[in-house]
Amino acid sequence: MTSAPDLRARLYTSLYRIRRTEEEIARAYPTDKVKSPVHLSLGQESVAVGVCEALRPTDIVFATYRGHAAYLAKGGDLKAMIAELYGKEDGCARGKAGSMHLVDIAAGMMGTSAIVGTTIPQAVGYALAEKMRGRDTVVVCFFGDGAMDEGVFHESLNFAALKKLPVLFVCENNGYAIFTPVSARVPAENFCERARAYRIPARRVEDGDVEELHQATVEAAEQIRSGGGPRFLEVMTSRWAEHVGPGEDDHLNYRSRAELESWKAKDAVPRLAAKLDPALRARIERAIEAEIADAFAFAEASPFPADRELFDHVFGG
Amino acid sequence: MSSAAESNREITYAEALYEAVSREMERDPAVFVFGLGVDDPKGMYGTTLDLHRRFGADRNFDTPLSEDAMTGVAIGAALAGMRPIHVHQRMDFLLLCMNQLVNVAAKSSYMFSGQVRVPMVVRGIVGRSWGQGAQHSQSLQSYFMHVPGLKVAAPVTPHDAKGCMIAAIRDDSPVIFIEHRMLYKNRGYVPEDSYEVKFGQARILAKGDDVTLVAVSHMVVEAVRARAHLAAIGIEAEVIDPVTLAPLDIDTIVASARRTGRLLVVDNDWTNCGASAEIVTQVIERTQDETPVKVARMGFAPVPCPTTKPLENLFYPNARTIAARALDLVKGSPQGWMPDGAEAREIAEFKGPF
Repeated sequence: MTSAPDLRARLYTSLYRIRRTEEEIARAYPTDKVKSPVHLSLGQESVAVGVCEALRPTDIVFATYRGHAAYLAKGGDLKAMIAELYGKEDGCARGKAGSMHLVDIAAGMMGTSAIVGTTIPQAVGYALAEKMRGRDTVVVCFFGDGAMDEGVFHESLNFAALKKLPVLFVCENNGYAIFTPVSARVPAENFCERARAYRIPARRVEDGDVEELHQATVEAAEQIRSGGGPRFLEVMTSRWAEHVGPGEDDHLNYRSRAELESWKAKDAVPRLAAKLDPALRARIERAIEAEIADAFAFAEASPFPADRELFDHVFGG
Repeated sequence: MSSAAESNREITYAEALYEAVSREMERDPAVFVFGLGVDDPKGMYGTTLDLHRRFGADRNFDTPLSEDAMTGVAIGAALAGMRPIHVHQRMDFLLLCMNQLVNVAAKSSYMFSGQVRVPMVVRGIVGRSWGQGAQHSQSLQSYFMHVPGLKVAAPVTPHDAKGCMIAAIRDDSPVIFIEHRMLYKNRGYVPEDSYEVKFGQARILAKGDDVTLVAVSHMVVEAVRARAHLAAIGIEAEVIDPVTLAPLDIDTIVASARRTGRLLVVDNDWTNCGASAEIVTQVIERTQDETPVKVARMGFAPVPCPTTKPLENLFYPNARTIAARALDLVKGSPQGWMPDGAEAREIAEFKGPF
């Protein structure tokens, strides 16, 4: 069992690493060196961190085009991520993927998709394979509230429940599909009820508390590993930057400033920082700043892929 | 060495598919079959009959309809190292799977620079006859040929059905496997042992010097019959079955067309933007600086498939119309000739209700 101080240090390390990486990407973006659209995780870091810190390295994560946080939280290589954003050959997919399709198979981070809802059934299929082979892997699938509008969500939950598959569905509810609020898309915001309709136990984490989410995931993962079938977590959160791109979009007035400010007031990063020993916190932050600087320098120095790579890997054989 | 009995062993196309799948399930525990109805008492025309009794209920299982999610499930299982075979009793339902097939299955190897593979077989059964109508008769090969990363096989003989299925299951890429149900009862020589029919190698089914007939799926059977009509009036047609449409063995087709100077492509699909357009274009690109090859195409009438039999008969090319079109191509002008002949036996004999 991890002690509470150790766990907090781990959670903070991951949170701070993602926050600062995203801020540095936003800072670097105007240089045009990031050759890819970016859907930043700023404001939503605690979802990936709370869940992934409760997993084993052998567990599997499927996520979305807003996937920087999940990739880093699951142990994805930071240098390879920044090089991928730069379109370089040392990127996690040699530049062919970009920000929207991050992948680190060794870390259990499956490739992300830019089509909303698309990875949900893949997580279910992966879980089916693990169950067939008698492994106790937990497969986590992150998706946004927008994916709740897709038919494949229902098909996937139905099948996962039918076959009692080891999947943890995690809905990151940031309230918007680009600019369109949940209220314009559904008659009732009853996402947990939808999961329960398929006999999947569901729980909502209200205010982005990373420790609460971590504990909820520990419990869900134990139940899943012991053969209890899928679980569903809805995590309320807030996207601070624009849907795509490094900037803010509050001037467009599609959401109230008060709403955003209320989320910023309960930012998980300083909340957790306040619980840490200041010296420990400083050590963590120093190490991460150096790691991030290294990653950007690595991406700068890496070459672009050779022209001949255009035709590589079209087929799997 | 095969014995005399072995060299004479004839089984049906459906039996050949069953043999291929069951042999691969014996050989590789990663292979499993799923799809609506695969473990029902009919066993998908016998091609999956009782596989669950032989290999266990988790290796041949029924599913909710959910074609979209089930395709994603196949991809997820393939990403985890399994070799799923997803069966669709009618090819038309693949339109519900297009996001997963085109956006994920076809692209994952490339997007993730070869770090993942998606070895899966999607069996699409083409319905025809007994009033299947507009939504139960399509074969859609051009949709899949268009997308880099997908392979498309449409074997015609029992021999190729078995060999292509084994090759498809062992392939590390997603394979769209097109089965025309009017072929299921065809009998032919099939070796007992397991073997692969290599993708991208066309078969020359009959030699001829006057015209090259390239046909796809069930239209190969009609083209062979058309060849007999043509032979009766002294025209020798060469008949080529591409076997796989992606990869496409254009070299064999070009060599034949170059020799005969005339190419008629007959698709079991619409002609516009279809396999026939692709084949003809590639032949012209390769031969235009030489003596040009005269070309023609046949396929479905440019309408949705009608249900009523008299109109349905007009919708499809058949042995007689293929022979007539080939003669016009050979002579260089409409000849007004139409051979006598009955409707194809497998179509005339097929009875419903489904």
